[in-house]
Amino acid sequence: MTARDELPVKGSKTRTQAGYIGKAEPRANAKRLLQGRGSFIDDLRFPRLAQVVFLRSPHAHAKIRKLDFSKARTAPGVIAVVDGRAVAEYCTPWVGVLSHLKGLKSAPQFPIAIDRACWQGEAVAAVVAETRAQAEDACELIVAEYDPLPAVIDMHEALAGRHVIHPDLGDNICFNREVDFGAVEAAFAKADVVVEESYSFGRHTGVCLEGRAILADYNAAEHTLTVHHATQAPHMMQDIFSKHLNIPEANVRVICRDIGGAYGIKVHVYPDEMCTAALSIMLRRPVKFVADRMESFLSDIHAREHKVKVRLAATKAGEILAFDLDDLTAIGPYSVYPRTSGIEGNQVVNLTGGPYKHQNYRAKLNVVFTNKNVTCQYRAVGHPIAVALTEGIVDLAAQKLGMDPAEFRRRNLVPDDAYPYTGAAGMKFELLSHHQCLDKLLALMDYKALRAEQAELRKKGVYRGIGLAAMIEVTNPSPAFYGVGGARISAQDGATLRLEPTGMLTVLSSVTEQGQGTEGIFAQIAATAVGVTMDKVKVITGDTSTTPYGGGTWASRGAGIGGEAVLQAGKALRSNILDIAAAILSVDKATLDVYNNEIIDAASGASRLPLAELGRVAYFRPDTLPMKFQSELMVTRHYTPREYGFTFTNGIQASLVEIHPDTGFVKLLKHWCVEDCGTVINPMLVDEQIRGGVVQGIGGALFEECHYSEDGQLLNASMADYLVPMSGEMPDIVCGHVESPTKSSELGAKGVGEAGTAGAPGAVMNAINDALAPLNARVNSMPFTPERILDALGAANAKG
Amino acid sequence: MKSPAFAYAKPRTLDEACGLLEAHGEESRIIAGGQSLVAMLNLRLAAPGLLVDINAIEGLGGISVQGDRLVIGALVRHREIEQSGMVAENCPLLAQAAPHIAHVAIRNSGTIGGSIALADPAAEWPACCLALDATFRLVSKKGERRVAARDFFKGLFATALRPAELVAAIEIPLLPNHRSVFLELARRRGDYAIVGLAALARPEGGRLHDVRLAYLGGGDAPILARHAMQAAEGKPPAADLSAELARDLSPLADLENRAATKLHLANVLARRALAALAA
Ligand SMILES: Cc1cc2nc3c(=O)[nH]c(=O)nc-3n(C[C@H](O)[C@H](O)[C@H](O)COP(=O)(O)OP(=O)(O)OC[C@H]3O[C@@H](n4cnc5c(N)ncnc54)[C@H](O)[C@@H]3O)c2cc1C
Repeated sequence: MTARDELPVKGSKTRTQAGYIGKAEPRANAKRLLQGRGSFIDDLRFPRLAQVVFLRSPHAHAKIRKLDFSKARTAPGVIAVVDGRAVAEYCTPWVGVLSHLKGLKSAPQFPIAIDRACWQGEAVAAVVAETRAQAEDACELIVAEYDPLPAVIDMHEALAGRHVIHPDLGDNICFNREVDFGAVEAAFAKADVVVEESYSFGRHTGVCLEGRAILADYNAAEHTLTVHHATQAPHMMQDIFSKHLNIPEANVRVICRDIGGAYGIKVHVYPDEMCTAALSIMLRRPVKFVADRMESFLSDIHAREHKVKVRLAATKAGEILAFDLDDLTAIGPYSVYPRTSGIEGNQVVNLTGGPYKHQNYRAKLNVVFTNKNVTCQYRAVGHPIAVALTEGIVDLAAQKLGMDPAEFRRRNLVPDDAYPYTGAAGMKFELLSHHQCLDKLLALMDYKALRAEQAELRKKGVYRGIGLAAMIEVTNPSPAFYGVGGARISAQDGATLRLEPTGMLTVLSSVTEQGQGTEGIFAQIAATAVGVTMDKVKVITGDTSTTPYGGGTWASRGAGIGGEAVLQAGKALRSNILDIAAAILSVDKATLDVYNNEIIDAASGASRLPLAELGRVAYFRPDTLPMKFQSELMVTRHYTPREYGFTFTNGIQASLVEIHPDTGFVKLLKHWCVEDCGTVINPMLVDEQIRGGVVQGIGGALFEECHYSEDGQLLNASMADYLVPMSGEMPDIVCGHVESPTKSSELGAKGVGEAGTAGAPGAVMNAINDALAPLNARVNSMPFTPERILDALGAANAKG
Repeated sequence: MKSPAFAYAKPRTLDEACGLLEAHGEESRIIAGGQSLVAMLNLRLAAPGLLVDINAIEGLGGISVQGDRLVIGALVRHREIEQSGMVAENCPLLAQAAPHIAHVAIRNSGTIGGSIALADPAAEWPACCLALDATFRLVSKKGERRVAARDFFKGLFATALRPAELVAAIEIPLLPNHRSVFLELARRRGDYAIVGLAALARPEGGRLHDVRLAYLGGGDAPILARHAMQAAEGKPPAADLSAELARDLSPLADLENRAATKLHLANVLARRALAALAA
């Protein structure tokens, strides 16, 4: 392939070469991880490293009457045993609010509870020892006495407010919001068909292979704090450590090593992690905390737990007129800092009904405090709820109208030529492709044949169901997400590219890698933009003292925002390289190009100068260059999406299931997902993101739930009792893509990391209900356990 | 979490092992495959002073046919049973049940003796042993005794094992004319079952004889469903044994299943198993 043969980037009218973009390149770090050469925080060895473990409240809500550390302090290996007051001397409290979520309130939270514990699992004391085992032994020697307080566990009780968790706040309502667009009442009044259903979504959590981990190393001589942290947002954490531990920002360095999964779990401020950093300062030595599995269940953020009532109005002809929504969600005793726990409910309000062209929309949201573990943003934040309830009620309407669910969707999805388009909930869409995606999906799954097979099998007593779920997804958020609300979270990301003397390319990015392959796609973009081969590129991420400043990895933003910064830096570097080449070769820059690690003649493709030779001259023999010429082989560029609040993506999923009516078991037979993430940078990674996301979505639909007792005890804080989805039960997942690149960037990439999780629960729910339909049963409480399905069938039997 | 500290001994002989158990009494704990015990240690649910590792003891392994019995040593791993031609030929029920126990990595370490001694009511081997009318060889400093499986399981994690006694082998009568079926309902492959059934019978002209139905997950111990067995005896496969099973079983509710749901599922399994035995 010569330079002229190279394709343009799939964005419109760009001059960049396609190169590796769109290719299924294997990622460089996969081999290292497979060979066991990953470097996770627990692999680090430091002199004088101490380990901290936490005594956690056994009560959901209790006054801490007494903490006696005398025995624990004298146990072997113990360095310190501290309570909340001692740690508060080193770390100021925080309040998880954002000003653009009007009225959102929360109470001050400390690294370790002072006087009162508000959930089972909240840390009430910390033990630092030479080894983790010694610290655990000593922890058992702490004498802790509590006076239990009334625990608010049920979200309706929380709303009613008989017991107020934080009396200073007046009630248990963290946040509420009401929107009313168009003429909802009138739409319902004139509708031919009104359907209404309530859905409940179980509380679950994102189970990371690697538990939360932090190693804080305070250097008193320099007054510097180096934090090795399994976080998705190193610069955000740098700011937070600086602010709450009172160390100048420049003296705080946050380093992310390999991270074993994050899914949003590792983008929040956790009290035990803040405590670890504070202890490092207090004790003037490195201190490490790694959450064990039980602690992870008790203290990693949980998510979901919504109870929603939704209504839909439609005409006989199958036109959706309006959605009306009432969502109640419980978030635990604190809104999590700094992103707040109001976002998930807010997203449900923003996204419900999103794929459709109705003009009337009303929604009511209440976010309440309870005495359970906190909830916050976890992969696909709010989307699984909004998609499932939208698609559930859409299916119910289609059923009532006697219309095929695919056809009903076709009539109501926003047309592909309607963009830019503003949805009924006020969301602005630049360019979506609902109809292309629907068509592609139906073809991919052979929808007609499946429906025919389903009908045949029903005659034989085999109950198969087909479920569809269309979706929109928030990606590449602008500062409208957090920055405008006062959070010091960057919506911008940066990339620095440096051509090394040997012609190698070093890429430094502010986006982090936690197993999803970000570094791999950045290498592809950089190699493409500069004109080198992949093997020449080395990507460095996750170090606040070396990378550009940026937001990190969350909200499906890494590729779209960080990738664009890499592309722009690459183009600038390429131009600088050509300046040097023109100087060395004494030709016009416009006649040259960079391709395959060489300077070539752009017209003929003939090789002129290897980059290694250019590097040698630029770095070691600049004396041979023209007198006034200074080469610049290191370039930094930044990118912030600003035209739209979010770069929305869209897609549609389908699930095929078989129900066993005598056992209530659901067998997942197959799953399909067609989505549009704009430019596909690496189809293999995109498909794996989709598949992994679908599996997480299926987890929420069928398996995962944090079970709490009436007094607020988490009953299944182990991998034996908390059911994560496993490969044995997962269906084949077929992926398809439509590419509508965003014009807001040259790369054209939208996000994809959360799409699978967003749509899968709704698709599975609809498939189950489709299978149950001939038995006159329906389910609407996730997860759909066999017992819940049996109950629905039992209820149906009783009725019929 | 990390296990509390413990001492560790790896005796070479049965005699030595029994001596250690006798000397250290309650403080000591046998470790075989470690697949249940290590989790209990790390969760600090058990804190023995001494672990007596029986893996180096000769004579506790091996599968053989001795006369009219199949004899399986206590240290035989789940996976060995799963892959043994001798087991498949002489006691297909065990071969049918083995793949339902956990996952391959766990089956590579976990032992049948450990599973019998632990007596988890949802475990596969105890129910199979009840259905097969197996006998356990138990050994202690005082010598050897033989206890029938049907007298061995006493309740939740409770057995007839005496202090300082270990399970040495499992003896299973050969039943060449019986047919067997193993069924269980688990949310995910490898999980402990919600409810499971080890079933045996001698089919003859569409009727079932010497019907044996042993449930896992049917109560606080593995349970031989005697009323259901009686109702099915000598008849073509029954469609509904729910009344009998309600007398035989007393399932414990779990986080996702009420007792009544488990009873319902037990009846579904009985129907499926009897039909399969007669087919
Ligand atoms: C993820 C997971 C899933 C599992 N799923 C299942 C499942 O579906 N079904 C199932 O049946 N099991 C399951 N298990 C348990 C597994 O089968 C264990 O191997 C078994 O229960 C115990 O055997 P062990 O050799 O590992 O015993 P150990 O863990 O070493 O010991 C268990 C107990 O038995 C005692 N003990 C061991 N050997 C003897 C002996 N010879 N005499 C007297 N006492 C002895 C020990 O002192 C200890 O109290 C699972 C385990 C895991 C980790």
